[in-house]
Amino acid sequence: MKCFVGIDLGSTTTKAVVLDEDGAVLGRGITNSRSNYDVACAVAKGEAFTNVRFSLCSRALPATTSLDSRKRADLIVDLERHFRLAQHRAQLQALRETVEEEIASIEKFYPHAPVKANVAQILDAMEAAAEPLFARGTARRSDFFRDIAASQYHREATKRACPEKLPFEALMAVFDKSILRSENRELALPFERGAGWAIEKSLEAAGLAGAPEADGLREVLRKAFAVEIEIAESVGTGYGRARLPFEKRQIRSEILCHGLGAHRMFAGTRTVLDIGGQDTKAIQVDENGIVTSFQMNDRCAAGCGRYLGYIADEMNLGLHELGPLAQQASRPVRITSTCTVFAGAEIRDRLTLGQKREDILAGLHRAVILRAMSLLARSGGISEEFTFTGGVAKNVTAVAVLRDLVQRNYGKRTLNISPDSIYTGALGAALFALRAGVKAREEEGAAA
Amino acid sequence: MATTTTTVEQARKDRSQDRQKAMLADYFHKLAIASETGGQTVHTFVPGNLTELIRSFDLLPVLPEINALQSGMRQKSGEYIQRAEKMGHSEDVCSYVKCDLGMLAGGNVGLTGEPLPRPDLLLLSYTGCFTFMKWFELLREETSAPTVMLHVPYQADGRITESMREYVVKQLREKVIPALEKLSGKKYDEDRLRENLSRSAAAEDDLVFVLESAKRVPSPIDAYFAAVYYVGPIFSAFRGTEDAVLYYQELREEIEDRIERGLGPMTPDGLLPEEKFRLVVEGPPNWTHFRDFWRMFHSEGAVIVASTYTKVGGVYDDGFRHDASRPLESLADYCMGCYTNRSLPARVEMIANYVRDYAADGFIVHSVKSCNSFSAGQLLMLREIERRTGKPGGFFESDLVDPRYFSPANVKNRIESYLQMIDQKRAGGTSR
Amino acid sequence: MDAPVVGESLESIVARAEDLTRDVRLDAVRAWKGEHPGKKAIGYLPVYVPREIIHAAGMLPVGIMGGGDQVEIVKGDAYFQSYLCHLPRSTIELGLDGSLDVLDGMIFPSTCDVIRNLSGMWQMLFPEKYVRYFDVPQDFDDRVGGEFYERELRSLIDDLAGLGGGEKVTDEALRRSIALFNENRAHVRAIYAARVKTPWLVPTSEVYLLLRAGNVLPVEEHNSLLGQYLEAARASARRPMDLARVALRGTFCEQPPIDLVRTLERAGCCIVDDDWVLAARWPKDDVAVDGDPVKSLVSAFLHRSPECPSVYLAEGKKGEALVASVKACGAEGVIFAAPSFCDPALLDQPMTQAAAKAAGIPTSAFLYSENTGQFQSIREQAGTFADSIKLS
Repeated sequence: MKCFVGIDLGSTTTKAVVLDEDGAVLGRGITNSRSNYDVACAVAKGEAFTNVRFSLCSRALPATTSLDSRKRADLIVDLERHFRLAQHRAQLQALRETVEEEIASIEKFYPHAPVKANVAQILDAMEAAAEPLFARGTARRSDFFRDIAASQYHREATKRACPEKLPFEALMAVFDKSILRSENRELALPFERGAGWAIEKSLEAAGLAGAPEADGLREVLRKAFAVEIEIAESVGTGYGRARLPFEKRQIRSEILCHGLGAHRMFAGTRTVLDIGGQDTKAIQVDENGIVTSFQMNDRCAAGCGRYLGYIADEMNLGLHELGPLAQQASRPVRITSTCTVFAGAEIRDRLTLGQKREDILAGLHRAVILRAMSLLARSGGISEEFTFTGGVAKNVTAVAVLRDLVQRNYGKRTLNISPDSIYTGALGAALFALRAGVKAREEEGAAA
Repeated sequence: MATTTTTVEQARKDRSQDRQKAMLADYFHKLAIASETGGQTVHTFVPGNLTELIRSFDLLPVLPEINALQSGMRQKSGEYIQRAEKMGHSEDVCSYVKCDLGMLAGGNVGLTGEPLPRPDLLLLSYTGCFTFMKWFELLREETSAPTVMLHVPYQADGRITESMREYVVKQLREKVIPALEKLSGKKYDEDRLRENLSRSAAAEDDLVFVLESAKRVPSPIDAYFAAVYYVGPIFSAFRGTEDAVLYYQELREEIEDRIERGLGPMTPDGLLPEEKFRLVVEGPPNWTHFRDFWRMFHSEGAVIVASTYTKVGGVYDDGFRHDASRPLESLADYCMGCYTNRSLPARVEMIANYVRDYAADGFIVHSVKSCNSFSAGQLLMLREIERRTGKPGGFFESDLVDPRYFSPANVKNRIESYLQMIDQKRAGGTSR
Repeated sequence: MDAPVVGESLESIVARAEDLTRDVRLDAVRAWKGEHPGKKAIGYLPVYVPREIIHAAGMLPVGIMGGGDQVEIVKGDAYFQSYLCHLPRSTIELGLDGSLDVLDGMIFPSTCDVIRNLSGMWQMLFPEKYVRYFDVPQDFDDRVGGEFYERELRSLIDDLAGLGGGEKVTDEALRRSIALFNENRAHVRAIYAARVKTPWLVPTSEVYLLLRAGNVLPVEEHNSLLGQYLEAARASARRPMDLARVALRGTFCEQPPIDLVRTLERAGCCIVDDDWVLAARWPKDDVAVDGDPVKSLVSAFLHRSPECPSVYLAEGKKGEALVASVKACGAEGVIFAAPSFCDPALLDQPMTQAAAKAAGIPTSAFLYSENTGQFQSIREQAGTFADSIKLS
């Protein structure tokens, strides 16, 4: 089957979206790999195609099995989590191999410390923790290998470290040196192998291993997994990258991709506000999703997600805690210095003055959104429906403040937020790929 | 299109450039030996420069703004600015001023490696920019040079009144000319001034032809980046000289030649193969990354067909000429007509007209941190021009000569996005 | 708001002045118009316009100094890049939210490029309002700058006549207005003189409010308020404190928030000289009331203007006036407080600071904006400065 791929090399994550010839979303993938661009793209694409194949599986099942819908759903879930487990184990293996290569260079700084042995133990503990991590019904804080591994390794290292005999830094140094390199290794797990194993394991879990339908199911699943997928067109986008691993004609500006992607998610949208980690964009689109004007703030951290990041650090909170805590404000404080350089000092002063954390946070959220509002005004305001994307769109206080300010300044407007907004850019890129494909076909047709 | 160039064509093409180089070399040489030859310099500003008058006394004009932009292009401005900041100047103020003061503090070495002379007179042509006053107050403090103020009233209501003209002419007569007489030891020679003014008018005719050639589709010139070189002589120490007349004649011939052969503009990377976008630009260029900035446009086939920066030293494409029959009055009108001395509504109208008359696909506002005169109000101008023309406006930010404020990735991203936006609109056949 | 009764307490006078200072939405002007139906109010931006002329035309001159720390900027930031000062943002904000609708016109003096361009923005945003850019001369010759300025003033008079709802500006009317504003300036000078002699009785945080209150009051009422304040302040039983006497410079256009002034006092600084609300102290002394009043205004501007970063210093050396003033006021140090991004103040500063240094006067410098909300670092800096002065 033919498909169209869009890849978005963001500042922290790389996303991929795969569309079919009719423009329906087949699959999506995301990675936070910090390796070189080629690897990041490959991993994101790989994830997306995995997703594609699982959705193909999902589609294939109903027609060919006697299982009821509940059991079918469970089977798919099991397939995925087993696949993820296999993947995770493969990545652990890659990490282990890299550690083996790197450990000597760390050990020599700590001649008497039993680094090697302890690291091996840590990795064993992580291996043991793998299966429960992907057990049915478990919620993971993050789906990215690096995050999971880092947090597990950190915990194990803390347990084992001892300032005189086995410094914590020594153990962490091994991890830090190895983790990025291990991400660089070729996709740790070829899809077929992981898929095959997952099929067996999930049939087992469903108690169907020896059952008469087993072979039939295996066949259906294997076929779905093995569907030949041809990439007809690929478009990449990504801001500030010195070099995108695409030909020039395959690259589109991330502003255009973002506008088109948001419009695809919400056809009535004519304005898009994206508050990302590093920059904020206000985009106006027409009825076809094509950008008609835009404004960006990409030099000043105030008004970007980064601002909230500094605040979280300053207040010793997790990013995800800021919004909920700010909701509890009873007397929001008016924050005047929106400059992040002074934000820290201002927060400290106010805390010393006895102002409450939630009141300060409420004020800080308002400051960020006010900057976004002025960017929106510069780009032409909000005339109709608008869409809010970016990490900050997950922040419940930010959304509340935005709703309030939009209402006050523009009247009642429909505000759209998609839980999948992180894929907006990649979706737009994929749509551009589709358009390019359609155009190519038309040209071929015309020439014929 | 023509791919080979004969020797004759080559010679024709390079003649104006060669002449400009020679003019500059000669000029800097004169500056370098000024102290030996008793040559005296009058420091002044590009908007409202009175070159014809200054030269009628055989004095040499020096333009610190041009020194600053050249320092920017030569990658020296960062160092000068940091020196000035160490001397106590704020990060917030105009980088031209800091660049100049930093250069002065470091020995005032100019473009050719020779020290530039200290001013014998500071002609504070207070036109279109309030920071000019502070600049020369600071220079006066540094150099103890005598200073003469020429207050050029602002065209707030979009026109020049008799009262404003009278004020400027009176200052010329009672303040500026006596100061020039005192410095040079010569008496004011109105005939010499008239001759200079006639030559200016001739050069202005040819300059306007060159600028308006961009109305053609495709345009034979880039009216922003390349035009910086075209307006050099008319904005600076050469207007009114025979050299300038010849330069503009030659430039005009070259452009006529390009038109005949259907050629697009020359860029630093060679002839522009295909004109894909026609743009109008508002705002000064960035000097520290001039070529990179230019390349971001020409590599995408974008040609600037009209710009407001090429009018800061004088607006001539509205019909104004220096007029020998009313020497001081036309100098006054010239000063008051400079772009940054015009009201915001007048600037909006000028740009909107350019977008229409030069068949532009869109326009760009390049906002520079240093220059409040240009920048304050540009966001309103952007929206108003969009409203009037229906064409999209792009908005980029950087600075004149402070390298810390030009972020190539940011600017490139915005330019690419803007151009793709225009492209998509055209391809998609959507509204406008 | 009622005019204070004679014998009003010092606290209530100061409280009233603070209310008026904070009246950025011009409730007082609305009240005045309610009491004088048909009459017009004309706003003016810093630094200087001849209020006498507006007054003589039967109109209320209203000093606009932005929104200070009272106005949340929602729309204003859409009009200005981040590297421009705060004053025009809050002014546009107030214009767009209707707060300034009560004004029939706005005058923009030639203070700097930002205010200059703001006049053009105002023309575009409020086309039905009278907008005037007011170009004060930078040539101080009677026959050159003076003649131009006289024409400017007469054209302003004509403009105001053309608005309707006013009175003819006869010479007599103008002389009367000049006299009233002379009185106003005399009150201010008296307060400033008292502050120099007995700063504990006339603290700067109160003086600041009294001056800014005049932005929204008819001059007659302001005269009365100033007179009562001085009388009450002198009679107060406040005691001298051990504070360092400082002069403040840089605050000539975008004004500091009142809490910043209070912070400086609490940090141990007694401000005995400043350059804020200059319109209230311009010119330095009386404008002549005999002869042609327009010519008197011209002459006063040309020859009796205070030193200001936005006015060309034709003669003398930068900083001489500052040093002289410091000596005259018995100040022991100078604090340079400039608004962020203010080209005139910040480019002036190295020169005036150098002059102060050369005269052996200690200096300190910081930046603020009209809506600065956090004063911790300023308090520390000012406190250290005050201590160093007191100990030396």
